[in-house]
Amino acid sequence: MMRVWAWGALLFGCMYFALPLIGMTEFSLSMRRGEYSFDAYRVVLADPRFQATFAYSVVMALVTIAFGVLLVVPTAYWVRLKLPKARPWVEFITLLPLVIPAIVVVFGYIRLYNTSSVLPLTGSVMGTNLLLMFGYATLALPYMYRSVDTGLRTIDVATLTEAAQSLGAGWVTILGRVILPNVLASVLSGAFLTFAIVIGEFTMAALLDRPAFGPYMQILGANRAYEPAALAVIAFGITWACMGLIGLVNRFSRHTQAKR
Amino acid sequence: MGFLDLDRLEKSFNETRVVRDFSLSVEKGEFVSFLGPSGCGKTTTLRMIAGFETPTSGAIRIGGQDVVNVKPNRRNIGMVFQSYALFPNLTVAQNVAFGLKVSGAPRDRIAARVDEMLAMIGLPDLGGRYPFQLSGGQQQRVALARALAPAPQVLLLDEPLSALDAQIRVSLRSEIRAIQQKLGITTIYVTHDQEEALSMSDRIVVMHKGIADQVGTPSEIYNSPATRFVASFIGTLNQVDAVVEDPANGTVEVGGQRLVLGRALGRARGARVALAVRPQALRIGAPGPGEVGLSARVVETQFLGAVQRIVVDLGGAPLSLDAFNRAGAHLPQTGSQVTLSAAAEDVLVLVD
Ligand SMILES: Nc1ncnc2c1ncn2[C@@H]1O[C@H](COP(=O)(O)OP(=O)(O)OP(=O)(O)O)[C@@H](O)[C@H]1O
Ligand SMILES: [Mg+2]
Repeated sequence: MMRVWAWGALLFGCMYFALPLIGMTEFSLSMRRGEYSFDAYRVVLADPRFQATFAYSVVMALVTIAFGVLLVVPTAYWVRLKLPKARPWVEFITLLPLVIPAIVVVFGYIRLYNTSSVLPLTGSVMGTNLLLMFGYATLALPYMYRSVDTGLRTIDVATLTEAAQSLGAGWVTILGRVILPNVLASVLSGAFLTFAIVIGEFTMAALLDRPAFGPYMQILGANRAYEPAALAVIAFGITWACMGLIGLVNRFSRHTQAKR
Repeated sequence: MGFLDLDRLEKSFNETRVVRDFSLSVEKGEFVSFLGPSGCGKTTTLRMIAGFETPTSGAIRIGGQDVVNVKPNRRNIGMVFQSYALFPNLTVAQNVAFGLKVSGAPRDRIAARVDEMLAMIGLPDLGGRYPFQLSGGQQQRVALARALAPAPQVLLLDEPLSALDAQIRVSLRSEIRAIQQKLGITTIYVTHDQEEALSMSDRIVVMHKGIADQVGTPSEIYNSPATRFVASFIGTLNQVDAVVEDPANGTVEVGGQRLVLGRALGRARGARVALAVRPQALRIGAPGPGEVGLSARVVETQFLGAVQRIVVDLGGAPLSLDAFNRAGAHLPQTGSQVTLSAAAEDVLVLVD
């Protein structure tokens, strides 16, 4: 009897997730009347605005990842090494972006950095891009910090640092040649999550008026029927590809094999 | 003044004084062990030499130069850790090359040095392996090679063998000592294993609660312990309580019997003291000249191969004595009364 209920619950769960996906995919394939076709995808992929916004978001994602890695790896390392007592606090701070809505963050940015402020970042395109990148980095911070911190937990940070120091290494060498390579798998999973977040982000890009992929999806969704469904499937595919890559990276990082 | 000088080192964490008034002068090429129970400050002292802790006061000089304000990565000190601490992302060869690479040595010199080091530790073919593909003993050898590759002025080892099993521990012990003597490198070796310290060291520092209780050669430490702590920490030691009867000629009362040690004790009449004697300093038989004798009852005899251990009861306190197992030697009967003798100078009167 318990079995039946368990299977029933599982089936319900699957349906809950799968049905909308199936419906959306089915719809995205039905642009041509009476038969399935990839017409909607063809239209979307051929749209120059799609190409432009997608390229923009990919570049933004890569820059955000680079910034996030440079910010989070040394911070998490330093906290583990020198301020272990501060760890709960730092963790709390890194979780704040999950609680504070993106719209609040971006309004804060606009207020602080508008054209009549001391640092008028919104006054130029590059400045606004920079601001958006900071926003993305904030959104991704909880995921990036967690994965890097988890990675650091698997190595003996303090002793490895001392070993490297006694061999003459300075901080840059220690971070670049000892710490980063050993948490690379974690950094990459953080990076893929960041990528997925940035590609789909709407609020910040829209309010800062940047030509990102998220607002494009929204515009298309408001004006077309089949293409948004195709776009959603594409975005969904990208997210899942990122997840798959995380798994792959974890499987293929050579020197961590001993730990499993 | 030696090559490595520690001058009245002190270290406190908050209010606790972990290392107190620690002075030591190590000659170039000397192998000195820090020996003591857990928490006595061995690691802390070592870490001050390496530069990972800053002394609260005192000076550390290497080759006459005060290094207290020199950063750890500028001290040119090799360090070997209990947990090996090899870089897991680098191969054995890359691990050994790390220090040379950091110092910017040319590539061909690094390669030659790595080969030389791997040959020295007896693992010439394992350069391409990752640390997780090595046994604990192999990892610790690689860690030693890595520490020695940049030719440091001083080598520090913090309980390098305590994570290994007994057999490898013993063989690596002599290997480390042989390498140390071949290179003539000044070495500080931290351990809580007295056998390790006694067998490897030129000199031993016995530490107790942050203080260097005694500094001396292994035989000095073993044969003439300076304090009650050193005596009880090193080797097996019989201890019996005694009462001073005449401090001038060293007469004490033990289990209802009288011993005359023939030397002044510096304690008041009636003072309670502890007498200590090594099992191998006792023998069965009547005392000869310069010896003292006591009568005791045999409780147990143990056959230990090369030696026989006899446990006797002296006024309620157990005493053990070791005798070499020669052919024809016969063990006394359990329950029989025997006379024990020891040279008067081997009977130590311990202070607390
Ligand atoms: N960073 C620190 N902060 C506070 N107390 C410390 C610190 N490091 C060591 N101590 C204390 O100093 C004392 C000596 O520690 P130390 O590690 O030097 O001992 P040890 O002789 O190496 O012991 P073991 O044989 O267990 O390694 C201990 O009581 C320890 O709790
Ligand atoms: Mg220690």
